[in-house]
Amino acid sequence: MSQLINKTGFIEDDWQGEILPFDAFWNGQDLPEEEPFGVAIDVATDPFDLQPWFGRVDMIVIPFAGFADGRGFSLARKLRQLGYQGRIRAQGHLLVDQFRAAMRVGIDQLEISDDLAARMPEHQWKAVPLSDSYQSHLNAA
Amino acid sequence: MARKFLPQIATGNDLLEGDVVYFTEQGDWTRKHSDAVVAETPEQAETLLGAATLFPHQVVGVYLADAQLVNGKPAPVHFREIFRTKGPSNYFHGKQAEV
Amino acid sequence: MYSYSNFDAAFVRDRVKEFRGQVERRLDGSLTEDEFKPLRLMNGLYLQLHAYMLRVAIPYGTLNGAQMRQLAHIADKWDKGYGHLTTRQNIQFNWPKLKDVPDILDALADVSMHAIQTSGNCIRNVTADHFAGAAADEIEDPRPTAELIRQWSTDHPEFAYLPRKFKVAVTGAPNDRAVTKAHDIGLRMVRNKAGEPGYEVVIGGGLGRTPMIGKVVRDFLPRADLLAYLEAILQVYNLSGRRDNKYKARIKILVHETGLEELKARIEETFARNQTLLEPVDAGVVARINASFAPPEWDRRAVPDIPHLDAGFRSFLDTNIAAHKQSDYAIVTVSTKPIGGTPGDVTSEQMRVLADLAERYSHDELRISHEQNVILPHVHRADLAVIYGRLREAGLHTANIGLVSDIIACPGMDYCALATARSIPVAQKISEAFSDLQAQHDIGDLKIKISGCINACGHHHVGHIGILGLDRAGVENYQITLGGDGTETAAIGERTGPGFAYDEIVPAIERIVNAYLDIRESAEEAFLDTYRRVGAEPFKAVLYPESNKANAA
Ligand code: SF4
Repeated sequence: MSQLINKTGFIEDDWQGEILPFDAFWNGQDLPEEEPFGVAIDVATDPFDLQPWFGRVDMIVIPFAGFADGRGFSLARKLRQLGYQGRIRAQGHLLVDQFRAAMRVGIDQLEISDDLAARMPEHQWKAVPLSDSYQSHLNAA
Repeated sequence: MARKFLPQIATGNDLLEGDVVYFTEQGDWTRKHSDAVVAETPEQAETLLGAATLFPHQVVGVYLADAQLVNGKPAPVHFREIFRTKGPSNYFHGKQAEV
Repeated sequence: MYSYSNFDAAFVRDRVKEFRGQVERRLDGSLTEDEFKPLRLMNGLYLQLHAYMLRVAIPYGTLNGAQMRQLAHIADKWDKGYGHLTTRQNIQFNWPKLKDVPDILDALADVSMHAIQTSGNCIRNVTADHFAGAAADEIEDPRPTAELIRQWSTDHPEFAYLPRKFKVAVTGAPNDRAVTKAHDIGLRMVRNKAGEPGYEVVIGGGLGRTPMIGKVVRDFLPRADLLAYLEAILQVYNLSGRRDNKYKARIKILVHETGLEELKARIEETFARNQTLLEPVDAGVVARINASFAPPEWDRRAVPDIPHLDAGFRSFLDTNIAAHKQSDYAIVTVSTKPIGGTPGDVTSEQMRVLADLAERYSHDELRISHEQNVILPHVHRADLAVIYGRLREAGLHTANIGLVSDIIACPGMDYCALATARSIPVAQKISEAFSDLQAQHDIGDLKIKISGCINACGHHHVGHIGILGLDRAGVENYQITLGGDGTETAAIGERTGPGFAYDEIVPAIERIVNAYLDIRESAEEAFLDTYRRVGAEPFKAVLYPESNKANAA
């Protein structure tokens, strides 16, 4: 099992729809007609390829195989830069210490293993200050 | 080419202090190379490494290093391990200064 | 000099608090060592051979007297009374304890300093010409650019877990003193035909296992586009740099394997998109940065015209002084390399002397050079004699800048956990072998650079004579390269042949230097020029006389 985390702390998973692997989806599999659906991409996916479907996709799941692999941060930010407004979920090995960065690149929620959640309990995540960053400061319009 | 087996000791760095430590026969850690427990066979070496890595909150970067017996006590073989028992060569700091 | 805004100050305190928490979470088991390691590295903390090592950032090598004095205090209180200046303009403390590090970071924050991003697979502390704002040959001051990059790259959410470390250097002078071509990104401040300011952008330089000279990816980048372009390079690198092999993970390998043209196309495409998406940098922030690097109010005293009789002072003036923008000023380079000393080491006493001198005679500014020396950038010529006197009392007066004993050496196996051989004692012995300063002057401009392993922190590839220490079957062995150059005429040195044992390396270097003295056309022909004229053969002949004889037979 796993634990979902967002800015408010540990949360229940309210996701209802299907989650399709990007490959199947890309290869022309029929898309669910009405239900909301999500797409699980892999780290090699170019967010550009997903852009045509942004309006139909409700959630994009980005994998973090290991916390030291930072590709997911670029993928999330690129998705946002390209205009994706739905939910972004990061799934895998992410540390409390990366929570701030994850929120800033536009990730909405993290899904981590129960083991990791036990080692890094909710109060540690809630203690992360999500205040002003240098980058937002530089662009203070 | 199969390398000739040399006696092994287990070593790492103390998590809090950072200094070089060696695993002992009593199952704890010492600052002195000569007090390290020696594995005499490949099987013993494997057991030694297993035992020495059970202290992740005390010692980090644990590995096995070649040793030789001098007057029945283990002494380092490789120059890197010799330096680790002493300290830097440009100042009288580190282990050499603590004796 | 840049001084912290409220935001900078609060940010740095927050990071100290965060690191204090990380240490606690490491000790209570929330973080494993594997998880903690990159976090401590991003705060400058390494676990080295004998102890922890803390690398403190000196952004683009610039600091003031109060900051230097605080470094002295840290050296005394938590270390062994000295610090080590690095080839990336930082300072390292070799003996801190893990539990003290949060307090050390707080002490740094007290004087607007930190250790953030001095290690780890992130954008490292940005470096710049150590003569910035002072050098007579400068076209444009690189510090405002470097400061802007510091702010942008600090805690950048997208780029903290890159495939590998990422180094940026900036220069604003035609004489490249910042080794920009050996950086992941090198920026050279230029002007286009219309006279507008911008940058020439070089990527993919680097030393290490696969040394490469950087390649120009953009001839002219308008100044306002800088951050958007850097974001594009970093985003392409973060997504496509190799993560399967740490020796192939630097951007230089991506450039090499993808090809410059293809990579350039990807960068430009990303940049074109970013340009429309990123908000422009706030003009107020830029103005504030620019204003903080306004030149000091120059002292208009007359320069006394008295002859200097002291021979020591005369040779100091010969080697350690560089031309300043203001003709009545000089740039003083203070050598941290007395004969037989450890290159880059400065005691707390010496730090305090340097702090005093900076406050009194250099408009409160100091610089650290990548050559591990300390610079007083703005010294009125009338004060040179007094300064020399103070330096002499502190043992900081060695007149050897640019000479054979002004050696760059990495910590090597005396401190570094990655080392394969020692570097410091080799530097010490070479320096002793050439202890006669007069003879050093005769030899002239000669840069010897020593690394204790293939990672090349000692920049050996770009040394006129480079020395690389290796472990050959359990014995220290030293390879020599010749003809390297870290300036605007950058070149990677060529290996001469088999390496030399620890006790053979210094005589080998002496043979090279003697051969040079024999074959140079005149005293004006520097070592590198002679090497470029005659090639490696005459040097190989003196290095390997036996094989030479064998060939002749
Ligand atoms: S070159 Fe090697 S030995 Fe020297 S400091 Fe760098 S990693 Fe350590």
